[in-house]
Amino acid sequence: MNELVYLVPLFPLLGFLINGLCRKQLSKTLVGIIGSGSILISFIISVVLFWQVKSTGAGLPVDPLFTFINIGDSFKVDFSFQVDQLSSLFLLIITGVGFLIHVYSASYMHDEEAPHFARYFAYLNLFVFSMLLLVLGANYVIMFIGWEGVGLCSYLLIGFWFKNDNYNYAAKKAFVMNRIGDLGFLLAIFWIFQKLGTVNYADVFANTNKLSATDITGITLLLFVGATGKSAQIPLYTWLPDAMAGPTPVSALIHAATMVTAGIYMIARSNILYTLAPTVQAVVAIIGLATAIFAATIALKQNDIKKVLAYSTVSQLGYMFLGLGVGAYTSAVFHVMTHAFFKACLFLGAGSVIHAMGGEQDMRNMGGLSKHMNITKWTFLLSCLAIAGVPPFSGFFSKDAILSAALDSNTSYGLVLYIIGVLGALLTAFYMFRLYSMTFLGQFRGTHEQEHHLHESPKAITIPLMVLAFLAVVGGFLGIPEVFLKNSDWLEKFLAPIFASSTAITQKTPSEGSTEIIYMAVTSVLIILVIIFARNKYMKYQKTGAEENGFGKVLANKWYVDEIYDAVIVRPLDALAGFLKNVVEKSGIDGFVNGVGRFVQYSSRQLRLLQSGLAGNYILFMVLSIVVLFLIFWNQIQIVQFLQKIF
Amino acid sequence: MPIQYYITLASILFCIGVTGALTRRNAIIIFMCIELMLNAVNLLLVAFSKMPFAVLPNSTAAAGTDAQLFVFFIMVVAAAEVSVGLAIIVMMYRNVHSIDVNFLNRLKN
Repeated sequence: MNELVYLVPLFPLLGFLINGLCRKQLSKTLVGIIGSGSILISFIISVVLFWQVKSTGAGLPVDPLFTFINIGDSFKVDFSFQVDQLSSLFLLIITGVGFLIHVYSASYMHDEEAPHFARYFAYLNLFVFSMLLLVLGANYVIMFIGWEGVGLCSYLLIGFWFKNDNYNYAAKKAFVMNRIGDLGFLLAIFWIFQKLGTVNYADVFANTNKLSATDITGITLLLFVGATGKSAQIPLYTWLPDAMAGPTPVSALIHAATMVTAGIYMIARSNILYTLAPTVQAVVAIIGLATAIFAATIALKQNDIKKVLAYSTVSQLGYMFLGLGVGAYTSAVFHVMTHAFFKACLFLGAGSVIHAMGGEQDMRNMGGLSKHMNITKWTFLLSCLAIAGVPPFSGFFSKDAILSAALDSNTSYGLVLYIIGVLGALLTAFYMFRLYSMTFLGQFRGTHEQEHHLHESPKAITIPLMVLAFLAVVGGFLGIPEVFLKNSDWLEKFLAPIFASSTAITQKTPSEGSTEIIYMAVTSVLIILVIIFARNKYMKYQKTGAEENGFGKVLANKWYVDEIYDAVIVRPLDALAGFLKNVVEKSGIDGFVNGVGRFVQYSSRQLRLLQSGLAGNYILFMVLSIVVLFLIFWNQIQIVQFLQKIF
Repeated sequence: MPIQYYITLASILFCIGVTGALTRRNAIIIFMCIELMLNAVNLLLVAFSKMPFAVLPNSTAAAGTDAQLFVFFIMVVAAAEVSVGLAIIVMMYRNVHSIDVNFLNRLKN
C-alpha cells in the first residue's frame, strides 16, 4: 500500500511523455485533459498518503524501488522515497496548486498553436515530476535529481516563447544563476558523503555527532548557497524577476508556489544540521531578512504588474529564510504553504488581468478594472489582504509566526530582526495595495481599444482563482498561535516529529502571551493604516510620464544591482574570456599548432626545389654526396694512408 | 709498369665521365659518359688484381681473382643496362622527337 507513493511522480512523467511525444497528433482539448488529469490523479494519491501519515502520526515506511548507484561497497544510493509529515504536506501543495494551475493554463494558453500548447503542458508535467522527486527523495542524491530537473524546466518554461531573444536571455540567466547555487549543493553532498559515507537522510541525521563543528558549518553553508540560488536570495536573486518572461501560469507555479520553495524545503529537511550550526543559522536569518526588505523596496517602484509580484515573491522567500534562521522551521513551512496559496492566486489574477488587457503588463495603463472583472478583483483583493498580513487572513498567521519566532529567538538581536521584519511587512502592504489600486481602482488609463476589449475571464480561469482565494483566506487557520486558542496550532503538532531533534536542542522559552498580542495588534493596525494610505494615494493615480528622480529612481532601477553585477562580474569575466580567446587561444595555442604546420609546409616547399627534374642536377647531387661521404670517412677507411703509400 | 699509371689513367677517365654526365644534355652522350666511368672502375679493378703486391705486400698471386670476377659482373650488368637505356632513349625520341634530358623535366611532380 505504501508503494503507492511511486505512482505520485509516475503520472506526471507519463503525462510529460504522452504530451511531449505526441504533441503533433493530439488535439488541444486532449492535451489539456492529459496534462491536468495526470496531476489530478497524483493529487488524489497524495491526499490518500497524507491521510495515512496524519492518522498514523508517523512517516510511512517505503521500500526502495531499485538501487540507483552502486559502486563497490562504499557508495550505494537507493532510488527510494520518504513519506513523512513534511514531504506529504509538500505533496499536497505541489499537486494541489499544480492541478489548479494546469486547469488555468488550459484556458490561458489556448491561443497557442497545438504543438506548442502540448509542449507547454509537457514541460509543466515534467516540472511537477521533478518537483515531486525533489520532495519525495529519501536521500540527497534523489533530491539533487529533482533539484536539477526543476531548474531545467524553469529554463525551458521561461524561454517558452523562444522567438523573443530577451526571453531567452532571461532563461539563460535563470539557469546560470541556479547553476551557481547547485554547485554549492553538490559540494555539500560530497562533503556529507566524505564524512559519513552515506547520503540517506535517516543515516545522516542520526550520525551528526560524527561531524565536527567545522564540517557542519561548511555543509550547512554550502547547502544554503544552493538554497540562495534556487530560492532567489541575495546575492543570487536577480534571475527571479527576469523569469517573469515566461507565461504567467508558469510564474505562478514555478516562480511563486513551488520551485522557489525548494531551498526552504531543503533546509527544513536538514533542520538538525542547521540547529547544530548557530553561526550559519544567523547567516541564514540575516540574508533572509536583508532579502525580504531589499526586494520589498524594489517592489515599491516597479510598474510591471508581474515584476511587482516577482519582487514580492523574493521578499516573502526572505521571510521564510528568516524563519528558518531563527529556528522556527514550522513557521517557515507554514509560510511556504500560505504563500503558495495567495501568491499563486495573485499571479493567476495578474494573468487574468493581462489576458483581459490583451497582453498589457504595465500598471500605468490599467486602472478601474474592477468594473469589468468582478471575480478577478475580489480574489485579488483577498489575496492582497492575505499577503499584507491583515488578520484573520492566512498571511497574517504565517508571517506573524515567523516574526514572533524572530522576537523570541535566543539571540541578542531578536528585537532588531523583529522591527526590520515588521518594516518589511509594512512595505509589503504598501506595494501590494499600490498594485491593487493602480490596477483595479480609479480611472481606466489604457487605449480605447483595450477598454472595449475588457472582459471577465472564462470559468477555467476564475474557478482556480476562487479556490486559491478561499485557501488564501482560510489557510492560516491551520496554525493559529497558542495565544489565541490553546492547542490550536495544528501544523506545529503535525510537523513536530520532523523537527523533534531540533526543538530538543533549542528549548525555547515562549514569550509572554500578552506582549505577543500587543505586538500583533500594533503591527496589524499599522498595516491597515498603510493599506488605506496606499489605496487612497494610488486610486487617483494619473499617468504623468515624468521620470522618477532621486531615491525613487534608484528603486525603480532595482538599486542598480543588475548593473553592478554586470560591471563587477560579467564584464571582467567577459574581458577575461576575450583575452583567453584572442591572445591565449588565437596567438598562443593556435599560433603554435598552426606554426608547426606552417613550418612543415615552408620547409617542404623549399625542399621541393631540389627535385628539379633535370637529370644533370641529380647526378651533381650524387657526385657531391659521394665526395662528402669520402670526406667524412676519410680517416676510417684510411684512404689517406693508402694514397700516401702509393704516391 | 707501375700501378700509379693505371690509377692516374682510371682517375682521369672517371673525371671525364663525371664531367660529361654533369654537363651534357644529350642522353646518348650522358650514356657514353656513364660507360666511361664504369670502364674506369673496371680498369682499376683489373690493375689491382694484376698487381696486388703494390697494395698488400704479403698477398699471394691468387689474391686478385675476385676483382676480375667483379669486372665480368660489371660488364654484364652494363650490357643489360645499355640495352634497357637505349630502348628508353628510343622510346623517348619517338614520343618527343628529342633526346635532350632537360626537356624531360616535365616528368617531375
